[in-house]
This record gives sequence, C-alpha cells and structure tokens, in this order.
Amino acid sequence: MTQAAVATPTTPSSLAYATPLADLDPSNPALFADFTMLDYFERLRREDPVHYCAKSAFGAYWSVTKFKDIMQVETHPEIYSSDSRSGGITIFDSNAAASLPMFIAMDPPRHDEQRKVVSPVVAPENLARLEAVIRERPAAALDALPVNEDFDWVSRVSINLTTQMLATLFDFPWQDRAQLSYWSDAATAVVGQGMIDSEEQRFGILMECAQYMTRLWNERLNSEPGNDLISMLAHDDRTRNMSPEEFLGNVILLIVGGNDTTRNSMTGSVLALNENADQYAKLAADPALIPSMISEAIRWQTPLAHMRRTATEDAVLGGKNIRKGDKVIMWYVSGNRDEEAIDQPNRFIIDRERVRQHLSFGFGIHRCVGNRLAEQQLRILWEELFKRWPKPMQIKVVGAPKRVPSPFVKGYESLMVRISA
Amino acid sequence: MIKVTFIDTQGASRALDAVDGQSLMDVAVSNRVPGIDADCGGSCACGTCHVMVAPEWLVKLPPAEDMENAMLEFVEPRTPGSRLSCQIKLSPALDGIVVTTPAGQH
Repeated sequence: MTQAAVATPTTPSSLAYATPLADLDPSNPALFADFTMLDYFERLRREDPVHYCAKSAFGAYWSVTKFKDIMQVETHPEIYSSDSRSGGITIFDSNAAASLPMFIAMDPPRHDEQRKVVSPVVAPENLARLEAVIRERPAAALDALPVNEDFDWVSRVSINLTTQMLATLFDFPWQDRAQLSYWSDAATAVVGQGMIDSEEQRFGILMECAQYMTRLWNERLNSEPGNDLISMLAHDDRTRNMSPEEFLGNVILLIVGGNDTTRNSMTGSVLALNENADQYAKLAADPALIPSMISEAIRWQTPLAHMRRTATEDAVLGGKNIRKGDKVIMWYVSGNRDEEAIDQPNRFIIDRERVRQHLSFGFGIHRCVGNRLAEQQLRILWEELFKRWPKPMQIKVVGAPKRVPSPFVKGYESLMVRISA
Repeated sequence: MIKVTFIDTQGASRALDAVDGQSLMDVAVSNRVPGIDADCGGSCACGTCHVMVAPEWLVKLPPAEDMENAMLEFVEPRTPGSRLSCQIKLSPALDGIVVTTPAGQH
C-alpha cells in the first residue's frame, strides 16, 4: 500500500525540501489530507526546530517541532497561555467553538478549579466501575459486524463505539446519541473542507447543542446528584454558576475530547497493525502486549496534531526570540517522531521501551484528563477483537484511508476493511 | 548505597538500592516497580509517578515547588504525603525512605 511508504519516509519528499525554509507552512490542511506533513516536520526538526511562518491561512505562527522544546512550552503555562481570550488552544483563531471559554482554554487558577470538577468521572474507581459497561456495549457492536465483506471501520466501529461511550458518560438519551459525534465534528471541522462552510453555520450547530444540553442540565439540576458529567457540573459549587458560554464551552470540550481522539486511535491502531504485519503477528501471538500496543498506537497516530499557546511575555525558546502575543504551535505530531527523544520514531514497535513517553496526551497542567479512559476503551476493544478474530491480519485493511484535511484533528474519514472468517 | 522501600496497595513491599543523586522515580522505573509509569520521563509534567511519603520521611524533604503542586492537584487520591517521585532527589539523609504507591496508577 502506498500509504505505508509515506508513513515511514526514508527519502525526504522533494517538495518539503524544495520550498525555501521561510515559506514553509506545515499547517496547510492539504498536507494532512495527503499525509505528506511528516516530511515537512522532519526537515524543520533538522534545520529550524523552532520555526516562524509569517503567512498562512491561519496567520503568522511559530512551529515548535522537537520533543524537548514542546515540553518547555507545556511546563511554563505562565508564559505560554491557553486562555481563549488571547487565542485559545488551536491554530484557528476564529473558530467559533475554539473561542468559547472551556477549562482547556483557561489558565490557572480558574483552569484548576473547573478541571477538578470533571476529573472524578475518570478517577480510578469510576473507571473500574465503567469497565463492564465499556466491554458490554462494544461487544454487541462487534457481534453485529459483517464477515467476509468489505465495510467502513470508521463508521461501523470507531464512531459507533466512541459515541456510545460519550452517551454513557453524559447519561445522554440513547436514541439521540449520533448528535454527539455530529456536534463534535462540527466543532472541529475546517471551514470549506466539506462539513462546514462558514463560522455562522458552525455557530448555529453549536447553539443546537447548547439548547439540548441546557435541557439536560435543567433536568439533572432538579434531580438528585448523579455520576454523569452533566450532573457533576450542575451540582458542583465551582461550576453550577457558569455562564451559558462557559457551559457550552466545557460541554464541547468534553464531547470533542472524548470523541474523535479515541475514534481516530481506534482506526489508527488497525491501520498501523496492517502496515506492520510483523507487529500484528507479534500481538496475535501474545495478546498480553495489548496495553503496550495501545500506547504505541496513540503515539503513532497522534490524534491531535497540535495544541496552541500564546506568549504572555517575550521569551526565548530553542534559541529563538518569541514576542509577547505570538502564536506558538506545539506540533505533537512532530515531537512524537523526534529521533532525539524516541528511538526509531518512524517505526511502529508494539513492545518498545518507555512506550508511554509520547506527547499525544500533552504534558503539564493541561494533560488529557481522560487519558486512562481512552487507553481503557482501546484496550477493551482489542481484547474483544482478539476474542472473536485471533489470527494475525484477520482484520485486513482493503483500501487506502481517507484522511481528515485538518492540521488539528489528525484522523480518518473512512477506512475500508474486511474481516475473514 | 541508599535503601528505599516501595509499598503497594496490597501491602507488599520492595526494598531497593539507590545511589546518591538519583531520583526516587528513576529507582522505581529502573527496577520496574509497578505503579510508577513516569510518562513524562521526569519533567514534573504528568503526575504518573505519584507516591505517598510516610510522615517521618516527609519532613526530611524540601517542600514541593509550584509546578509539582500544580501537578499534584490532579492525582488521585491526593494525601498530605503525596509527592511526585521524580522530584525526590535521594541523598544519604533519605537512606531508608518508605513510600506507598497509589492504586490509580497501574
């Protein structure tokens, strides 16, 4: 498959190296649609690890491409702000969803207060309690999959399972659960790339989400406190007085955070194992490697290609002078392929040393609050898959993946597979 | 040689040898102590090397700095003895230190 060759570049792509360094714009969505961005990042890591792009569709920005420089930004939130009022957490300044106030797009101390309200839902004892539900619902979905027939893994498995999980976490009306992934996709879609044509249209969809969720909020507020996310937000003193914008922001954050990240890692793990048949065989021979494979797949996939910060003061990063107000993009997709931090980073090795040391969940105070839940969902998926189809390459990719044209959500629109009996 | 002891939630303890200057997290990772993931590799940026330090040893440690406190906000369960083991630098004064690993890390 040609995609496999692109995924592990051995010779630098000519275009990535022919462009003058100053004109290099790795945020171009087209690079993510045709999966050529890794070559651009490889060049930047080598020639200009902290790189300034003066002109792009998303304005001027700095690219931070090395693992250690990304860690420097992550661990200095007082210099590199996440606040939605100064630009938020993605490269898209004008995205109506990304500019909403949500705790991922706040700085301390407000960030710490609001995050603490949500974190109990993913605390160890709650995850243990959820284990049976997370196993039971996917099991039913997997039993319904066609065998000896081509089908789209993204819609039948990845979207289906992550939507079910979200509905469970929100205690969301089951028959309406498809709305959750619809709202999530609307929040992150790049304007003009298929789903969303304008910010007005996006805003309209988000308002539908707000209305629906406000109804649930009011219902939960008037009931006994429950274990679902909305009830937690409605009953906690630190969040019950949120403004309507803040409520919508945090709801969107939890939907997006729990949705296409896990979805795309579910798809990415199937693709990675197919492109690396020796690793698929290794896993089939020893399913105890599933947790390690999951961490490697999350690194390999890097479901969010970047997070953005805005400098609150002049600073020096990797020898470059960052000015107050500058947009700083931490390219996780690049740091996860940094040969100085990760041994043989372009290889997919399911039992590699220090497999958990990747950037996909971010680091510092904004580290993904749901990372254990994501790993648990993926682990259970693969345990259940191997129960049904234990042979290597029994789940076979039969077509090139269609990728999401976005420099933020790094994922798949479709991936055709066939399960052999 | 400095002796350090890790106790897990089941009460099983492991005594290990460390050297002056080594971090407690590094001792745990080198010896594959369950419960210490250390996802960030010692940058005080993930909270997955959380340990609970026995009171008699806690008083011998320098207080947690801002970043460590910020990460400790998110560990489960946070106790008065909660510290990040990557920030505990071993010295002869800590010879014999005893810490407990939480159930949440696996």
